[in-house]
Amino acid sequence: MYTYLVKRLLMVIPTLFGAAVLVFFLMRLIPGDICELKLAGSGAFFDQRSLDICRAELGLDDSALLQFGQWVGGWFVGDLGTSMWTGKPIGEEIALRFQVSLQIAVMATLFSIVLSIPMGVLSAVYRNTWIDYVVRSLSIAGIAMPSFWLGILIILGILLTTQAWTGSPWMPPIHYVPIWVNPAENLAMLIWPALATGYRYSAVATRMTRSAMLDVLREDYVRTARSKGVMERVIVNRHALKNAMLPVITVIGIEFAFLMGGLVVTEQVFNLNGIGKLFVGAVGQSDYTMVQALVMLVAFIFVMTNLLVDLLYAWLDPRIRYS
Amino acid sequence: MSTTPMAAEPTEARIERRSVWHFMRRMLRTQPLGVAGGLIVLLMVLMAIFADVVAPYDPTANSFQHMSEPPSWQFLLGTDQFGRDIFSRIVYGARTALLVGFVASFVGCFIGLVLGVGSAYFGGYVDLIFQRFLDIFMSFPIIILALAMVAIFGTGLDKVILAITIPIIPRCARVVRSSALAIREMPYVDAARSIGYSHSRIILRHMIPNVTAPFLIMLTAFMGQAILLEASLSYLGLGVQEPIAAWGLMLQGGASEYAESAPWIAVFPGLAITLAVFGFNLFGDAVRDTLDPRLRSQ
Repeated sequence: MYTYLVKRLLMVIPTLFGAAVLVFFLMRLIPGDICELKLAGSGAFFDQRSLDICRAELGLDDSALLQFGQWVGGWFVGDLGTSMWTGKPIGEEIALRFQVSLQIAVMATLFSIVLSIPMGVLSAVYRNTWIDYVVRSLSIAGIAMPSFWLGILIILGILLTTQAWTGSPWMPPIHYVPIWVNPAENLAMLIWPALATGYRYSAVATRMTRSAMLDVLREDYVRTARSKGVMERVIVNRHALKNAMLPVITVIGIEFAFLMGGLVVTEQVFNLNGIGKLFVGAVGQSDYTMVQALVMLVAFIFVMTNLLVDLLYAWLDPRIRYS
Repeated sequence: MSTTPMAAEPTEARIERRSVWHFMRRMLRTQPLGVAGGLIVLLMVLMAIFADVVAPYDPTANSFQHMSEPPSWQFLLGTDQFGRDIFSRIVYGARTALLVGFVASFVGCFIGLVLGVGSAYFGGYVDLIFQRFLDIFMSFPIIILALAMVAIFGTGLDKVILAITIPIIPRCARVVRSSALAIREMPYVDAARSIGYSHSRIILRHMIPNVTAPFLIMLTAFMGQAILLEASLSYLGLGVQEPIAAWGLMLQGGASEYAESAPWIAVFPGLAITLAVFGFNLFGDAVRDTLDPRLRSQ
């Protein structure tokens, strides 16, 4: 187990390094550099000299290899570089917004676990009845529905129902308050994006729970339990669900990693100042130091989550032994 | 039809006709959802092809007399904040969505197919290095990689297709490779090698035809995803650009601003995206169930 762990951790390093090389050099392919964009954007006339000054300030006149070395070297001392657009340290910009995104991600995960496991189990136990059809339709719709549209519909729903009930439309708060300062206001703001993201997430997990449960319910030990007269409720909860949880945990873990991608869109709908919005802004402004830092951050989270899921899998299922 | 006493029909033709009819009946019985999905896809394709005939108005024509009008007989799904007919824009939007969906998933899966089979065929170090290379590409969620590609290539229809194609390639290559690994060990591949056929001939003639099933499964699975991705990128303002009609773009800007006073602007384009992706997913699931015997009974 420990050798496996060390081996896997060692494999993460070349993958992330490769990702860094890929991202860094691809970003250098962007036609027209940020200095031209910045100076042209200000509307004023600019000459070669001001371009050179700008490039020197941002370190763009150094060789690409040197820039890459500085960039990668910076991570080890916690320096992610500076934004080419605002000139602020990227680490600070991310730290400011990380909390918002993390909270939505965690809430969406909780929401999807609470929703998907009972729904999936019900759907499998009552296979081919109307319960099953309703659950399956809901989960297929959840996968097909873009989360930004669901977000818009949620906003619309809030506006229309509050208008109908109280006479004046209510909107979720606009300014972010940490949960330990004012939990009510924090939740009033972040619960909606968490629902919009979590619904899609739960759709995937529901489908997985259903098919895993169906597999397990066909196993010999379930038949044995039934034949010796164990109550159906006990069979489902104790014998089947426990064994069906493995693939579900995998899906939940993998989807958590994908959640980072989903937030990009949801944060835009709800106008939340999180990592996703920062990323979209950076892409729009060709702020490539910011883009590459954020892409690497996501890659890191993604790779690490996958690793954790693999390890969790081995830990939960005694039949799986990595060596 | 069969009651007309015509000259004896060639038996093969009769069997052929019966088997097509039989096949369709069997599909309807075993894959009702898949058939429904197929019909939605067909409807979308027809809508896209005959957009000029179906759409009552020019999708880009502004009209200041008809801004944000609710659905009526004149404007079936209402008009947007610039007075453009929403129904016409949805019809033309189908063109954009299907173009991106088909081209990105087909090109991406085809390149993935060739790379995956090649990697499995050559094996050894080639395979090892190539797989590590795929690991790198797969260490980003699809939309993040697509956004990074947009940062490099810029926005616009052709660039969006490229940005969506690239993340699809490694995912297809991975799946196709695992099937191709089994094919490589087949006696007929050994035989072909022993006769002295060239690598390209063995790959193209002997291996690729035998991994059509996973290829088709991935292809249909990615069509819906590609449509969803295009809509997301366009919604973020980083995909297809105005004045081209695209569903995601229709939800951008105006949609949430006018949500309260003109909800139809926000509702119908999203419905179109959901329906299209829903249709492609149902169809893809049916293709997977039919082609992959291991999943058939589930």
